[in-house]
Amino acid sequence: MSTPYAKLPAWADYGLIPLINLFVAFVVAGFVVLLVGENPLRAAVILVEGAFGKGTGIAFTLFYATTFIFTGLSVAVAAHCGLFNIGTEGQAYIAGLGIAIVCLSFDSTLPWWLTFPLAIIAAAAVGALWALIPAYLQAKRGSHIVITTIMFNFIAASIMVYLLVGPLKPAASQAPQTRNFLAGAELPKLNWIIELFGAKIRSAPLNVTFLLALVMAFLVWLLIWRTKLGYEMRTYGHSPKAARYAGISETRIIITAMMISGALAGMMALNPVMGDQHNVAIDFVSGAGFVGIAVALMGRLHPFGIVLAAVLFGMLYQGGAELAFEMPAISRDMIVIIQGLVILFAGALEHMFRPYIQALFASFSPRSVGMEAVKGKGA
Amino acid sequence: MAQAAIELIGINKSFGAVRANRDINLEIGRGTIHGIVGENGAGKSTLMSILYGFYQADSGEIRVGGQPASIKTPNDAIALGIGMVHQHFMLVDNFTVLENVILGAESDALLKKSIAKARSELERLEREYGLEVDPDAIIEELPVGLQQRVEILKALYRGAEILILDEPTGVLTPAEADHLFRILRQLKDQGKTVVLITHKLREIMAITDTVSVMRQGTMVATRETRKTTVEELAELMVGRRVLLRVEKGEAEAGAVKLAVKNLTVRDTRGVTMVDDISFDIRAGEIVGIAGVAGNGQSELLEAISGIRRAVSGSVMLDGKPIDLTGAADPGELRDRGLAHVPEDRHHVGLVLAFEENENSILGYHDDPRYLKGPFLNIDAIRNDARDKIAKYDIRPADCRLKTANFSGGNQQKIVLAREMEQDPGVLIVGQPTRGVDVGAIEFIHKRLIAMRDQGKAVLVVSVELDEIRSLSDRILVMFAGRIVGERGSEATEGELGLLMAGIEHQEAAL
Repeated sequence: MSTPYAKLPAWADYGLIPLINLFVAFVVAGFVVLLVGENPLRAAVILVEGAFGKGTGIAFTLFYATTFIFTGLSVAVAAHCGLFNIGTEGQAYIAGLGIAIVCLSFDSTLPWWLTFPLAIIAAAAVGALWALIPAYLQAKRGSHIVITTIMFNFIAASIMVYLLVGPLKPAASQAPQTRNFLAGAELPKLNWIIELFGAKIRSAPLNVTFLLALVMAFLVWLLIWRTKLGYEMRTYGHSPKAARYAGISETRIIITAMMISGALAGMMALNPVMGDQHNVAIDFVSGAGFVGIAVALMGRLHPFGIVLAAVLFGMLYQGGAELAFEMPAISRDMIVIIQGLVILFAGALEHMFRPYIQALFASFSPRSVGMEAVKGKGA
Repeated sequence: MAQAAIELIGINKSFGAVRANRDINLEIGRGTIHGIVGENGAGKSTLMSILYGFYQADSGEIRVGGQPASIKTPNDAIALGIGMVHQHFMLVDNFTVLENVILGAESDALLKKSIAKARSELERLEREYGLEVDPDAIIEELPVGLQQRVEILKALYRGAEILILDEPTGVLTPAEADHLFRILRQLKDQGKTVVLITHKLREIMAITDTVSVMRQGTMVATRETRKTTVEELAELMVGRRVLLRVEKGEAEAGAVKLAVKNLTVRDTRGVTMVDDISFDIRAGEIVGIAGVAGNGQSELLEAISGIRRAVSGSVMLDGKPIDLTGAADPGELRDRGLAHVPEDRHHVGLVLAFEENENSILGYHDDPRYLKGPFLNIDAIRNDARDKIAKYDIRPADCRLKTANFSGGNQQKIVLAREMEQDPGVLIVGQPTRGVDVGAIEFIHKRLIAMRDQGKAVLVVSVELDEIRSLSDRILVMFAGRIVGERGSEATEGELGLLMAGIEHQEAAL
């Protein structure tokens, strides 16, 4: 009787439940749309068409998704080790500094395919180092990682503002940003892939960082479920006592996990900086780090789920922009409300419908939920 | 038999597809002590939870005092005069006895009036049933035996005529348990009805009038206690004959494997829990540490296995020192042949969210057998897990199943298989059979004896005195962080009980 509800099959756990949560979020959002006097069905159509209807829309959706894949993976890696890294925002922001140094130094001499690997290393290293300090404080001094990483977001923001209005700003410029990068630091677009399918694209920022994000998603899966380090991280994440028992060093595992998390957060900066704006500007992260928390939760901390959740949030960003444009009654803030509802139902209320689904499954086919296995006969 | 206090007729309860209770019929006579025994997962707790209103039956009828009753919440149960004393006490630690007793049953908006009323009522109850407790004592300052009395008082204060006790003696010394039984008899003499849920068959024999046995959700038998035997009850519980006492030959103790000298350990609050302890364990013997829970056994285990840092003392493993006060690390001790089956398998010995095969390498995940460079060798790990599952009869035989979905006995076997199959020189086991069903206890005990016979040094810490007595070649008794006595395996329960209660050695010998 200790486990009244057994496990669901994986497809229901990772597919059905998120879909139901999403559906409910959209129904509630529909009521909000109704409240401002617009037709929710038409709004939904505009949202989806804006995101996926045209080639340009798809490219924008995937561009946003790229950003969220990195931040989602960053949050997930820390979460597997039982750490709540709220500092993804700041780690990504400060990584812009590493990218700026590499790009400003080499963009006139090296081709993009040499600048890019250097920038990846710089972004990952700066992000990792920014996560190292809170990790060290947690591991050695017991300072809570949630508090310290939040604080480090503010510190990162202040440093970047200082640098972007001072040392990194071209002397004659009025804008708080670096000079524009030359061709040697501009990443190739990937729009031709979408054009292969016959869609037309005007101009969209989708670039090779998208492929890097997919590679990192695979590597994170490999790390978490196939390496000794990942095994140790999961052990510590589920039970620090069991990790101690197993001879896993608390200090080492916290610091390693946080540095990997920080490195992934740092790589996020590549997408807007080298792929789109071609400069480092103030506030270029603009909340993507926090969205990463929702993406990681909604993706159930699994890289595959995170990629899907990132595409969903990319859709909300892109489709939402279209919606605000098409329906004047729906302002930018309404879009934020809809995004908030998705986060609420998919993240915070993730388990709301679980017991009912489980009861439903159990009544249809006990085997599918492994009920027989729950009571080990004999012993 | 007297008129029935409670009748359960055709009770069914399912959780999903698990039928926790099927067609249960049970009649509990008024003014009797009725025992309910069964293995873990047999459905005892579910049945009592239905009676107490935590769950509702899918079908069936409950009659209290001959009248059909609808019990939807614990409040309904209380209104019908049913009280429950839980295994884990439901007390507010920093409240006084009196405050705990009136909690949730305050009769007035102002606390002062309720308290005054409760005080006189409490005094009456204490007089009547011999339940002396200082009403102004703070709960956390009371020993567990007294805390349990407060739980009983709480139920009686709410007018309980029928008292359900769930595994009440798990945390008590033998003397405290005897006192509890005296109280229960007194309650019975005053016409109260007592339902006792336990897995300790001797207690059933000692105190109950009637005993019902549950197995796999069904009620398999009800017997008059004086007409049954421990052997019969055990057989009814498991469904086959079981050996209650392990058979073992004489120990052939060899060289000292583990020598502990002047070990002192403090807990996280800085309280000295292990106070200057010294002992040896030799190859080919089982040393048992008896004691009431909380007398430093847990800290001793944690220190020897490298989990908790000791304050001072020295420990020699195979004649070479281990630095338990400094750098010793469980991984290093494991490499040197010291295996540890921790007391708390749910949080320490296992990661419940892991698949079975992932737990079968916990602590040994550095072993090159399980690795390919930085990667886990998944095939090797799973094959290895399958071998252990076969060898230790772990059920269900599925190495991909989540560990949380195994029964307590099988979880313990997962830990034992992992630690024993590493062929350690020294095996340290905390509470080898806590929360483990009777069938698995027999298996685990046999395995421990087999380890001894292979010439391993085995240290067993258990709060189950029977277990210590039947397994150990030598018994050390811990009280308040010290070893207060050493006895051979022939020591009587009474003798050990006195030592466990901290009564001096000389008195104990009398």
